[in-house]
Amino acid sequence: MAIFLTKDSKVIVQGMTGSEGMKHTRRMLASGTQIVGGVNPRKAGTTVDVDGTEVPVFGTVVEAMEKTGADVTVIFVPPAFTKSAVVEAIDAEIGLAVVITEGVPVHDTAAFWAHAGAKGNKTRIIGPNCPGLISPGQSNAGIIPANITGPGKIGLVSKSGTLTYQLMYELRDLGFSSAVGIGGDPVIGTTHIDALKAFQEDPETELIVMIGEIGGDAEERAAAYIAEHVTKPVVGYVAGFTAPEGKTMGHAGAIVSGSSGTAQAKKEALEAAGVKVGKTPSETARLARELIAAAK
Amino acid sequence: MDLFEYQARDLFAKHGVPVLDGDVIETAADAAAIAERFGGRAVVKAQVKVGGRGKAGGVKLASDPQDAVAKAEAILGMDIKGHTVHKVMLAQTADIKEEYYVSFLLDRTNRTFLAMASVEGGVEIEVVAEENPDALAKIPVDANEGVTPEKAAEIVAAAKFPAEIADQVADVLQKLWVVFVKEDALLVEVNPLIKSGDGKIIALDGKVSLDENAEFRQPEHEALEDKAAANPLEAAAKAKGLNYVKLDGQVGIIGNGAGLVMSTLDVVAYAGENHGGVKPANFLDIGGGASAEVMANGLEIILGDTDVKSVFVNVFGGITACDAVANGIVQALALLESKGEAVTKPLVVRLDGNNAELGRQILTDANHPLVQQVDTMDGAADRAAELANK
Repeated sequence: MAIFLTKDSKVIVQGMTGSEGMKHTRRMLASGTQIVGGVNPRKAGTTVDVDGTEVPVFGTVVEAMEKTGADVTVIFVPPAFTKSAVVEAIDAEIGLAVVITEGVPVHDTAAFWAHAGAKGNKTRIIGPNCPGLISPGQSNAGIIPANITGPGKIGLVSKSGTLTYQLMYELRDLGFSSAVGIGGDPVIGTTHIDALKAFQEDPETELIVMIGEIGGDAEERAAAYIAEHVTKPVVGYVAGFTAPEGKTMGHAGAIVSGSSGTAQAKKEALEAAGVKVGKTPSETARLARELIAAAK
Repeated sequence: MDLFEYQARDLFAKHGVPVLDGDVIETAADAAAIAERFGGRAVVKAQVKVGGRGKAGGVKLASDPQDAVAKAEAILGMDIKGHTVHKVMLAQTADIKEEYYVSFLLDRTNRTFLAMASVEGGVEIEVVAEENPDALAKIPVDANEGVTPEKAAEIVAAAKFPAEIADQVADVLQKLWVVFVKEDALLVEVNPLIKSGDGKIIALDGKVSLDENAEFRQPEHEALEDKAAANPLEAAAKAKGLNYVKLDGQVGIIGNGAGLVMSTLDVVAYAGENHGGVKPANFLDIGGGASAEVMANGLEIILGDTDVKSVFVNVFGGITACDAVANGIVQALALLESKGEAVTKPLVVRLDGNNAELGRQILTDANHPLVQQVDTMDGAADRAAELANK
């Protein structure tokens, strides 16, 4: 098993014919993902040869779903067009929309999030500004490198792409059920809590790694959720202890405002919920190993 | 990006929010003509992006044009909580009968927008929120529905604005919402919103923060940047398209991905505890590409920082291949040396992930006297901290 994405997932790519979209469509296909089509109204009816695989291009998400049975879309369109692409995916009621695009204005994200709510939240949204998710050995929806590690029993949820890769690499001998990059923007679709809930319910996942960073209170709320609902062991890592107040650290959402959003507060909240929090990514991986060994 | 009060005032005026006449100056002598225009009296207000300027003496009432020059002179150059005053705004005086508070902001927790309003304005709203939370109304605003006349009336009622000004406040709320949406703001705050002696509602002081992700559709926002106040290294990095934040330590940092770079700063700070307390000198995320040119630009900024004693290049090759990064480092050093720049600071490089062994081999073969490799992030951070402490 895995969460949100399995070997049966049928994936389309909005923005497939752009340079980033094409590069990552190629990588997703190579890692075994069922890519069943692309969406581009100007190239509808054509096919694109992706390393020997003919991928059809459809005019709309609805058409792509009707013709292929797609249930996942990965969105690579530029920031100016992201809102309309996500709204189209929501209106088509596709099950999962993974929004890779970085630099989406918050007003646009807030608008498509509100739209998803008004439509009854039939579409799970991951991102924006995220690397997507991978269920190793099954499917890969986004830009997470598929060659870091294989399937296993660790579930990972993270605001950061490169820290996801780093932890997957450190624990590569153990493998992962799914790794979900939820993104570093102030407003995102799927949260730490959504992934924690899914990992708790996933029989294959035995341990959860949760990576957070400064800004907002998502980690504090996740800690409260863990204390209440998660019985599987959770190991945490929080980045940004040295970040100065009021400065945005790369991710649009990574900012300490006054005394709120600090790494220290997040670490303390997680520890109070029984989560082992590593001081460095490597120490976090060591803690995960110890917990897995202790469970045996 | 946070704006100055006078910039917020200009945006309010642009969208029809009632404000008083005001003008910003950098030279005290210019105050006289403006005060004259206002009929002699004027309020002289320090323009700083920090709260509490009133208590610090940054707001003064001038009784005549000559006094306006004197007050402007006294305030210009003043230090308010570490912010030097380079500009003052002269504003018309107001006959204040009541002071209120209204704002629109992003509610990250609930992933929606929020209206906040209180009839207890004029003081720090955090204090009201803490001491008298019932006096601060918080009403969610749906991003797609916006502030309709009904929503504005709901906010006015929730905050218990008096009936005789309810329509005026509702109108101001709808106009402020237009500012919030049309300008891609993360925060629009008016404190105080006043009722004047003749019963008019006026935005007397405002705070606006803009979303930098929206710059592509807000061409006018670039002019609002406070380029003079920017750290010169940050300004140079921005001109090169680099994601850089200057910090106060000695170990220069280059990495890929915001999360990994933040983590690198922390790991260097921990390592520094064993090496004379050295700290990271900057945040620099070179992103996915990490071409030789980007690496050279990054190194140039960091080596140009006189505080930097050593440099830590920390890359995890995800999409990026480490051999490309290694070639980037080698070419960047050659490029900088060919430009006649003295590269004298040691570089500690840690490469992991995609093609890491190829990348390490390239650096080994290049055998640059200043480049050292350490295989783990924690080990490399320790080495970089040690070198910075020499």
